[in-house]
Amino acid sequence: MSRAKVTRKWEVFAGRNRFYCDGRLMTAPHSGVFFLTVFLITATCTLFFIFDCSYLAVNVTIAIPIIGGLLFIFTMSSLLRTSLSDPGIIPVLLQKKQLMWKNRLRSQIQQIVLLLGHLLVQKKPPRASHCSLCDNCVDRFDHHCPWVGNCVGRRNYRFFYMFIVSLAFLAVFMFACAITHLILISKEENYQFFEAVKESPPSIVVALMCFFSVWSILGLAGFHTYLTTSNQTTNEDIKGSFTSRRGQENPYSQGNICLNCFYILCGPVTPSLIDR
Amino acid sequence: MLSCFMMSNHHSNGARPGETDQMAPPQYLKVFIQRDYSEGTLVKFQTRFPQELEGRLEKQVFEATINKLNAYFAEAEEATCSSYCEGCLACLTAYLIYICKETHYEKCLKKISKYIAEQNDRVYEPRGLKLTDPSMRGLRVIEISCLDRPPNA
Repeated sequence: MSRAKVTRKWEVFAGRNRFYCDGRLMTAPHSGVFFLTVFLITATCTLFFIFDCSYLAVNVTIAIPIIGGLLFIFTMSSLLRTSLSDPGIIPVLLQKKQLMWKNRLRSQIQQIVLLLGHLLVQKKPPRASHCSLCDNCVDRFDHHCPWVGNCVGRRNYRFFYMFIVSLAFLAVFMFACAITHLILISKEENYQFFEAVKESPPSIVVALMCFFSVWSILGLAGFHTYLTTSNQTTNEDIKGSFTSRRGQENPYSQGNICLNCFYILCGPVTPSLIDR
Repeated sequence: MLSCFMMSNHHSNGARPGETDQMAPPQYLKVFIQRDYSEGTLVKFQTRFPQELEGRLEKQVFEATINKLNAYFAEAEEATCSSYCEGCLACLTAYLIYICKETHYEKCLKKISKYIAEQNDRVYEPRGLKLTDPSMRGLRVIEISCLDRPPNA
């Protein structure tokens, strides 16, 4: 039996996601901000490696470029994994009908009827949520992150978390190194700090970039550490699903902080369900 | 053209592996076994015997199949030392290991597909039924098609 073309599930359940390389890579519809993220990280790191690292490797220790390089590789690898992999899209049978209705119905009222029908008919697994930007149902939906250009869900949460944490480390590391570089220059030549900045302007660019970005990254890393230790998603936290006011404990918790962390960051993960 | 072919070939209806039949209208009566969420979000299916299959399949056979599937899924999702080691190792290699190595879960899903194919051959197809691999349906349901009954029977 010859089969010329096999229709893969991701072709049917594409939603608004875009797929590349025969479905191996995928991103959310508007990935402009994702390229901005990649550009900012690579540009800052390039400046850092060319100007600061070369000086510090000679004058302080060779370990600095090695640590910086490893951190950079880890950060970029996690970022690309987060944004190009399947967040855990659930192929919902109703999608076909929705598409049909969407094409048929145009007016506002009908849209509302459609929405109601959608809410009533669709059997949603617990913790899954529909992402309105990607138009797909995502398992253990955390949030849609424009910075990484993808939804963050069950399958890529660990990559996302590791990206945030390693980026925080990278930013702090680069900031410290750039400042050290400036101080060493000023000591060496008996300069004022400002004259040292004139000597090596890229260092102050790196330091300022890191200084301004590190606060939001550290905050986010702290917030996601809290979520990971309590096995919640951002979605559940915003909705306040398990607050003490409601008197409902988180039923998904594994028991203690360590188990939650291990389970989320290293536990088994479902393969993609859309045949990628 | 395609539908004619599918009608004449009894065994290759709808759910051929690697292909989706979501767009085709249902040709047979389908019975769905839903997920059991009573013990959390781990994959587990209900073992309640559906009425539609009364007289076509023994209750024990049905329960044995579902229990076996549940056991396979429990094995896949169990948080054991080896699965944690796998996750840690992947993290240490900056997740590059996933490019060349299959995870424990993927291996288990393959085992499940094999088991379902074998059960179809031995038990279900002789009785005019057909199991569909739950991973074809996003692990939400097990679909049992009655190959000799129209959808509204």
